[in-house]
Amino acid sequence: MADILPFLKSLLSAPGLSAYETPVTRLIEEKWRPLVTQTRLSRIGSLEALKAGTTPTPRPALMVATHMDAIGLMVTALTGEFLHVTQIGGIDARILPSTPILVHASRSGEELPGVVVMPPARALPPSTADGVISLNDLLVDVGLSAAHLAEKVQIGDRVSFATQPVELAGEVISGHTLDNRASVAVLTVALEELQTKQHAWDVWAVATVQEEVTLGGAFTSAFGIRPQIAIAVDVTFAKGPGASDWQTFPLAKGPTLAMGPNMHPFIHKKLKEIADQLEIPTQLEMSPRHSGTDAYAMQVAAEGIPTMVIGIPLRYMHTPVEMVAIKDIQRAGRLIAEFAAALEPDFVEKIVWED
Amino acid sequence: MPTITEKQIELLEKLCNASAVSGDEGEVRKIVLEEVKPYADTVKIDALGNVLVTKNGAAEKRLRVMLDCHMDEVGFMLVADEGEGLFHFELVGGIDPRQLPGKQVLVGKDKIPGVIGARPIHLTTPEERSHKISVDALRIDVGPGGAGKVKVGDRATFATRFRRVGDSIFSKAIDNRIGCVLLIDLLKTAPANLDLCLSFSVQEEIGLRGAKVAAYHFNPDLAFAIDSTPANDLPVHDGEENTFYNTKLGAGPAIYTFDSGTLSDPRLIRFLAQTGDEEKIPYQYRQPGGGGTDGGAIHRVRAGVPTVSVSVPHRYTHTAISLALVADWENTLALLSAALQRLTPDLLAEPR
Repeated sequence: MADILPFLKSLLSAPGLSAYETPVTRLIEEKWRPLVTQTRLSRIGSLEALKAGTTPTPRPALMVATHMDAIGLMVTALTGEFLHVTQIGGIDARILPSTPILVHASRSGEELPGVVVMPPARALPPSTADGVISLNDLLVDVGLSAAHLAEKVQIGDRVSFATQPVELAGEVISGHTLDNRASVAVLTVALEELQTKQHAWDVWAVATVQEEVTLGGAFTSAFGIRPQIAIAVDVTFAKGPGASDWQTFPLAKGPTLAMGPNMHPFIHKKLKEIADQLEIPTQLEMSPRHSGTDAYAMQVAAEGIPTMVIGIPLRYMHTPVEMVAIKDIQRAGRLIAEFAAALEPDFVEKIVWED
Repeated sequence: MPTITEKQIELLEKLCNASAVSGDEGEVRKIVLEEVKPYADTVKIDALGNVLVTKNGAAEKRLRVMLDCHMDEVGFMLVADEGEGLFHFELVGGIDPRQLPGKQVLVGKDKIPGVIGARPIHLTTPEERSHKISVDALRIDVGPGGAGKVKVGDRATFATRFRRVGDSIFSKAIDNRIGCVLLIDLLKTAPANLDLCLSFSVQEEIGLRGAKVAAYHFNPDLAFAIDSTPANDLPVHDGEENTFYNTKLGAGPAIYTFDSGTLSDPRLIRFLAQTGDEEKIPYQYRQPGGGGTDGGAIHRVRAGVPTVSVSVPHRYTHTAISLALVADWENTLALLSAALQRLTPDLLAEPR
């Protein structure tokens, strides 16, 4: 199995805030193009890559969606030498003070390195000075004078996390935006695995946009591609400090297969059978309501699609130090490839409700 | 007028990237020793780990002048192993726990990477998010394969690497590696009118411990504590003027009048200001208030040592990323360098 780590690291360093995914889209397109039959962009920017199957047309299609957008910040105001920012996606303001960032300065076209800062207590409202400092009161400092800042930056400019990815002991990687670039790596592993496999079905690998905010990419690509089956690969909660209940799964013990209203039980069963046959370890994830993934959107595209969610356990979600096990990425990639290759031409007719 | 060259910036980078949590200053001590040996008359490491350096002048009547900077930085110590690479840790020095979640650290002499995570926002309630995260709830995580690579007792620092962008320097531990480079430069250009005693001190951040014994050892006529101090010059939430900025970034070296540990010697305050005025070197007075330097220990040693502190202003001290300006550093070097050259025993004969 090819080493996915260098590609994953390059993905983590590429900006791609929700609705501004272009830099990371380019990287993914470059990596996927030699692995697929064709690539295209959806009307709102999702990367759709088709690896054509072997059965005669009209061929059934499997769509695998991994969102490529990242959470981050956006400039709301300039105050002298400082910037006020708001969040894009769900961010706990408590992780922000002294986080390194890059401001994508649209006036000058530069990427300005800087830091999110907590003003000194006496500059803060007395009621909160000693407590949690909300995003409204945090600032961004890029070390420029007020005049230089105003020449370069304007309201609406994006701000990305800039913590560098780092490999930690035990074949894990830590960094920002592993949610969900880890799953983009999963899908890349799957495409690589499929190079040496026959598959009857078309396989659409889709790097979706705007998952963190609207699920817009998944709604629209599922509608456009109209697959017979759709799988979302996304990160799920790993056990770790502050996370130990039923919603959490140990790192490096395999991807999760989710169960709940967003997942078709038959697809779940089929994936589990294949994983067991190949001795790929998986964990069972309960998802009693909204799965919090692209599957929530894909399931109700057009006349409705049987969907499934594969989860990659990840520690410290939505912080700049998210952590996943490389093994889980490889396992999930292999499972998806094996599942795609196992789909018989008439598989759709076999999907049943075992009531 | 002395300037800051690429060579000094490289030395600051090396020193800032080194790990030297209070009580474990070895890595910085080693760099300092290499730098000072070619220029010193004597070099000694004392019982606490201070690096004590002398450089004697040649004039007939010479003041014995102590220059102090601290080598240590705030950081962490691993205190309990919870298995699978997770460690309970304690703070060493004044770190606001609100600065910790989501940061990378380096553990031990081998600088094993680790992270301080936080519970995912998805698993928290709005009520929970309205409370600070205590140190007790945080762990240093070096990865599930970390057993044996780090151990209880190891120190950890923020992992931030030094970065210079134009005139700005972003780094951890600017407090007080910038003071260390200043002392090294002042040693290299030591004027003949003085006997210089330099202390690269340990354990400033946990109670000015090193400087106390260093000052006793040197028994100087007067002392300068050279440090770095917060520039709290940020906008105020309600738009009012910030009148409690401590110092301002870009306004030059900060001369201390009064902090929580020291009332600076008035003769030395006047002397520094006069030097700045006459040499046309920008300087600022640090606003009287809390905080402190090794001066707090030095001025009370033996029968007393006339002492003043001078600091390089920098923002966001004791966090993962501080910000300083090369211009402030250069002006601090210029002011101190000029002051040493102008120092004569007459100064101490002046009325206070």
